[in-house]
Amino acid sequence: MADFYLTMMRTAIQSQLQYRAATYMYLVGMVAEPVIYLVVWTTIARSHGGQVAGITPGEFAAYYIVWTLVRNMNIVFTPYGWEWRIREGQLSAQLLRPLHPIHYDIADFAGGKVIWVLLYLPIAAGLTFIFKPTLDVTPLDVVVFFVAIWGAYLIRTMNLWLLGMVTFWTTRGGAIFQTYMMAELLLSGRLVPLQLMPDWVQEAASWLPFKWTFFFPIEALVGHLSVTSLLGGLGMQILWIAIGGCFVWLFWRASVKRYSAVGN
Amino acid sequence: MLRPLRIGWLYFRLGAMNELQYRANFIVALFQSLLSLGVALVVLKLVYSHTTELNGWSESELLCVLGIQILMGGVIHAAIQPNMERLVDEVRDGKLDYPLTKPEDAQLLVSVREMRIWQAVEIVAGAVVLSVGVVRLQSVVGIGGWLEFTALLLLGAVMIYCFWLVLATGAFWVVRMWHLVELFEGVYQTGRWPIGIYPDWLRYSLTFLVPIAFAITVPAEAITSRLQLGTVLTAALFAVVLFAFSRWFWRLGLRRYSGASA
Repeated sequence: MADFYLTMMRTAIQSQLQYRAATYMYLVGMVAEPVIYLVVWTTIARSHGGQVAGITPGEFAAYYIVWTLVRNMNIVFTPYGWEWRIREGQLSAQLLRPLHPIHYDIADFAGGKVIWVLLYLPIAAGLTFIFKPTLDVTPLDVVVFFVAIWGAYLIRTMNLWLLGMVTFWTTRGGAIFQTYMMAELLLSGRLVPLQLMPDWVQEAASWLPFKWTFFFPIEALVGHLSVTSLLGGLGMQILWIAIGGCFVWLFWRASVKRYSAVGN
Repeated sequence: MLRPLRIGWLYFRLGAMNELQYRANFIVALFQSLLSLGVALVVLKLVYSHTTELNGWSESELLCVLGIQILMGGVIHAAIQPNMERLVDEVRDGKLDYPLTKPEDAQLLVSVREMRIWQAVEIVAGAVVLSVGVVRLQSVVGIGGWLEFTALLLLGAVMIYCFWLVLATGAFWVVRMWHLVELFEGVYQTGRWPIGIYPDWLRYSLTFLVPIAFAITVPAEAITSRLQLGTVLTAALFAVVLFAFSRWFWRLGLRRYSGASA
């Protein structure tokens, strides 16, 4: 199994390396989003004596710069990819293989991450130079962060796989995906650090998987979380991966029976 | 002078007839724009729950900016972007031969061929948001303000078109232009906020490199009585320069095109 993952990841690295220019276009488009949030909240903080809800411009900068790295880690096989996969009969070949298809997606995207993060580092350096974040981390923060970004990756893989499998049942999954994306934007800490949200939103977020894919990994590095909350957070990530994994397993068995391909 | 308009109108009717066959897409477009409008309004509420003004702009004024951004987004998605995406694809596949052999100006043809009328939902949504914003403004917008606004909005649309044409013309040199749309969409979101909040380097880039400030903030200034004569003149001058540049660049690119059969 480990062998399989290593080989898949190596192949993904090789193929991603070929498309550096395209990857850069994508990355620059992606960086626009956090830069906008950062500028808006920095402007507000400045006009309110240097902070909003206790967050200073430097801390906002740290939050949104780490955000970009976490966002990179959060890119997984999307539901739109599923539409293509099912429409074009791509799944037929995958079904013949001995391993569950999810392993191919996890390994493939995990390999791509290596290149994406490497290409992203100059952008992060540029952002750091421009926005001057304040960051003060302990070794434990760094360790937890590196585990947590992979936890976030797995949670999001499971969630989007579940959404993607809706395509087995309907061809109009787009509305569901977009609603999911909206909920994620508001409840994950992608839009703003959750402290800025009203209390009831924070309460709702703590019962949902979203915040463990954005807010927790970012806060692990830039926030001042206690050891208990750091390890507790990793525990929550494991819980959500397990829940997602179970649902994927069950839903997959039900869904794949509905699959039929023509002419492959 | 009227000929380009006639051709544009002809292609518009053709595109509309085509699109009318796919009525379900209307519901899809409607759902998408309602959802993104909802998110935008939530963000606006969130921002103004922590402050009363953003760099001197009140909530109603920012509602105007948001309306203009959505409206202009609708114009881009309905009329500009589909043409430019098709252009990039055709350059890559060598299919640009077809418009080039027609006895009309090639730039005109590649700019008017596609029309996604369902995206006009965004134009309507933007206009509604803008109206709500205007009604809530402290001051009344006079007829002069509306005239300036309309003129500047048209200039802005022309500038965005020129910018997209320059981007798409890049396809003559660089074959792999994936993610071009993502890149533009990402940058376009900056227009949701008044340009003045961005740091200098970004403000200049969003004015002269990507003309988002001219397309959104400047028309919004006309509505919110912040407009200065200098800005209007700069916008007009820059539109002329950009149009000339994009035309020159397009011709330069065209010379590199070798076609599929050549």
